[in-house]
Amino acid sequence: MARFLPPESFGAATGDIALLPFNFERSGANQYLVANLVGDFVRLTEDELHRLVDLQVRPGDGLYEKAYAAHLLTGTNQKAQRQLLAARLRSRMSFLQQTTPLHIFVVTLRCEHSCPYCQVSRQSTDRSRFDMSEQTAMRALDIAFASPTARIKIEFQGGEPLLNFPLIRTIVAAAKQRSGKKLDFVIASNLALLDNTVLEFCKENDVLLSTSLDGPADLHNQNRPRPGANSHELAVAGIRRAREVLGPDKVGALMTTTEASLDRVDEIIDEYLQLGLDGIFLRPLSPFGFAIKTKQFAKYDAQKWLAFYERGLRRVLEINRQGTPFREFYAALLLTRMLSDRPIGYIDLRSPAGAGLGALVYNYDGSVFASDEGRMLAETGDDAFRLGHVEHDSYNSLILSDKLIGAISKSLTQCAPECSTCVYESHCGADPVYHHATQGDALGIKPLSAFCARQKGIMGLLLDILENSPEDAAILRRWAAA
Amino acid sequence: MTLPLYGTASQSSGFSSDRTRSVLRLRSPGSTAERDVADFALTRTPDDVRRAIEADWPSIFVVSDAPINFPGTFRGRLVAVPTKYDYLGDGDVIGFDHVSRKFRTLYRRNSAHNSFLVTERCNNYCLMCSQPPKAVDDRWILSEIKESLALIDAATRALTFTGGETLSDWEDFIAVLKECRDRLPATAVQVLTNGRAFADSRIVDAWRDIGHPNLMAAIPVYAPVDHVHDHVVQAKGAFDETMLGILKLKDRGQRVEIRIVLHALTAPIIEDTGKWIARNLPFVDHVALMGLENTGFAIANDAMLWMDPMDYGDGLARAVEHLSAAGVSASVYNLPKCVLPKSVWPHALQSISDWKNGFVEECARCDEKSTCSGFFTTGRPRFSHGVRAITAKRKLNELAV
Repeated sequence: MARFLPPESFGAATGDIALLPFNFERSGANQYLVANLVGDFVRLTEDELHRLVDLQVRPGDGLYEKAYAAHLLTGTNQKAQRQLLAARLRSRMSFLQQTTPLHIFVVTLRCEHSCPYCQVSRQSTDRSRFDMSEQTAMRALDIAFASPTARIKIEFQGGEPLLNFPLIRTIVAAAKQRSGKKLDFVIASNLALLDNTVLEFCKENDVLLSTSLDGPADLHNQNRPRPGANSHELAVAGIRRAREVLGPDKVGALMTTTEASLDRVDEIIDEYLQLGLDGIFLRPLSPFGFAIKTKQFAKYDAQKWLAFYERGLRRVLEINRQGTPFREFYAALLLTRMLSDRPIGYIDLRSPAGAGLGALVYNYDGSVFASDEGRMLAETGDDAFRLGHVEHDSYNSLILSDKLIGAISKSLTQCAPECSTCVYESHCGADPVYHHATQGDALGIKPLSAFCARQKGIMGLLLDILENSPEDAAILRRWAAA
Repeated sequence: MTLPLYGTASQSSGFSSDRTRSVLRLRSPGSTAERDVADFALTRTPDDVRRAIEADWPSIFVVSDAPINFPGTFRGRLVAVPTKYDYLGDGDVIGFDHVSRKFRTLYRRNSAHNSFLVTERCNNYCLMCSQPPKAVDDRWILSEIKESLALIDAATRALTFTGGETLSDWEDFIAVLKECRDRLPATAVQVLTNGRAFADSRIVDAWRDIGHPNLMAAIPVYAPVDHVHDHVVQAKGAFDETMLGILKLKDRGQRVEIRIVLHALTAPIIEDTGKWIARNLPFVDHVALMGLENTGFAIANDAMLWMDPMDYGDGLARAVEHLSAAGVSASVYNLPKCVLPKSVWPHALQSISDWKNGFVEECARCDEKSTCSGFFTTGRPRFSHGVRAITAKRKLNELAV
């Protein structure tokens, strides 16, 4: 029998060790948060980080093992770790294979609500001026069907899209007649005009409904005024009716946070819970109303919003601990990215940005925008994200327009200052429209960005729970797994 | 108890000298199946022998301790083995060496645990190897396997190929797998390999090109750190090659199982390893966490390797949790339920091959025996201090605590 060799015989010599790319951030007096190329987190002490960077590590010293398992270092002659990181990165970025899966049709700008936070200058009269024409809709469909992805989602927005329901019918029928793509349909509606005709249509055509629910009646109605002051009543009735007729998974609700919401997160969540919804998406304060405010004010707002978010998340976790499965959808999305390599191409949190590559917006008048927020900017006279018009543009001319390529290439987190070295980069995204709106620049200065402050704040909070609260961590891991 | 799968025939005659080995298939004397030249009538008594001769069997296999007299007119082939081999049955296949009269049972039709040893050569030298490698020219084994495959029941549900390193002669071995594909398309095939050969793209391409409908490469990964794995397998650079091999197999859509043998070098870090696999390799098809078979090198390295499963149960449970949460199917092999945390029970399988599986006296009064792995009977079995019958009373006591 040959002799067996001791552990020391299998360690690499110092000269045979090399660092792999990683980002880090000080997270305490003597502690760093470190993320490898695909965003796995590990904590190192200051001394450990320095020893690692200086390659003062040796197999068997504990730090080598920690850093090797976390893909912070590798053997100079080894290939497997680099291949593994490449495979994982490829999986994480594979959402890019689905180019422009979302197409938003603004079928009318008219609305019977008069919400002060609405970014679209709603119109209550003049059907002929503010409704999309059938001709425009068909040209928009041509463009949507020219996108390379095999499955597209067509979302109807407004205004209140149900005010132009006949055009929705026409578009759905026309889209279904065209072959070659799998289709999903969504109507984003306040549900005030929901009736049996609409419900039957949705059922027949497997159309989803997405609506707004800002919280308890007084808050909702204050945010969303309409004649009769009954927006909440109609929305709740609409949600119930739609769940009944279409099924509980066919209708979703979104909330918009306003100043008035900030200290009422528990009530807002309870409103969703009582309606039998399976979760809530705690969305930031609608940014564009604050675009004109000072940068410092925007940061201050981010802190206030984060406090609101944390309180909400902890309430949601409490609901889960008490035995009711209920999610906060934004946390679920981030956790999926932090804890798995599943490709998440969420439009508002990806790099390359989702503008154009993730979605195109066809306005009622035929102008095409890179995002919904881009359309809102245009309403106030800023055409930075107006890519063209359905009359004289094609899918290719829109996607390859200088405006879009400029905005996307300028804002890549993979190479942007502050982003490229950020410990959270793998799980974050570029938002050129937001930074254009708030700082006049698609890239933006990230320390002044409320977007950045929110992302870092939420991810820091999630990491803290994952590391320090085992019971809540188990709940969060379940959200990431599904 | 352990079934004797190797032995020496007490008597043999009628074998020609133009080859040194034959593969035999045993048949009931009254079998009406079409006779292959490899078929032997399986007999146990003088009456059986007489009937076989009457039925014109040219080849007869006898399981008997008593000498059996053959009529002088019998000119066919004859092999006789002692009654301790009386487990042999219709359809079983045996490899027989003409001169030494040594034989090995290659295939038992009624067993769910048929495995072929492909070679004793290996480029790893694992501290706990149950089949210590030998540097010998044993390429004849592959020809024997090819011959055997033609005789195996096509209804066989599963076959395992083991070694040594099964891909030592990769071209010849892949030819064997092609035979499996063609002759036994309904049989699931599992190949135990250290996976290092798959770092070579030619080999992994050839593997893919077999196009076998149900083929799994079962590959050990002992740690998330290179030198720890390399020490266990006693081969520097093995971790890198094995990991590359797994990545290349999955890149080509091939099925991969990761196997981790639990002992004092791997079990204390099993939670880290499980978590690491969950995070880095969630695309593997199965992970098997395996209790140590205390035989071969494991006996020589007992002082370095023995760890009571009771002392790593919690880490094992957390490893299973991490894997399950990531959607990776995980099983625990070779460990009896009484030494495992209850959360692991649904993952604990009756994995020990029937011919080397046994229970201890304590098991007789255990409620869980019928679904328990039991123990290895091979080598020098070591028992956990936690081995204790699980009874309704014990469960109640545990609830009270």
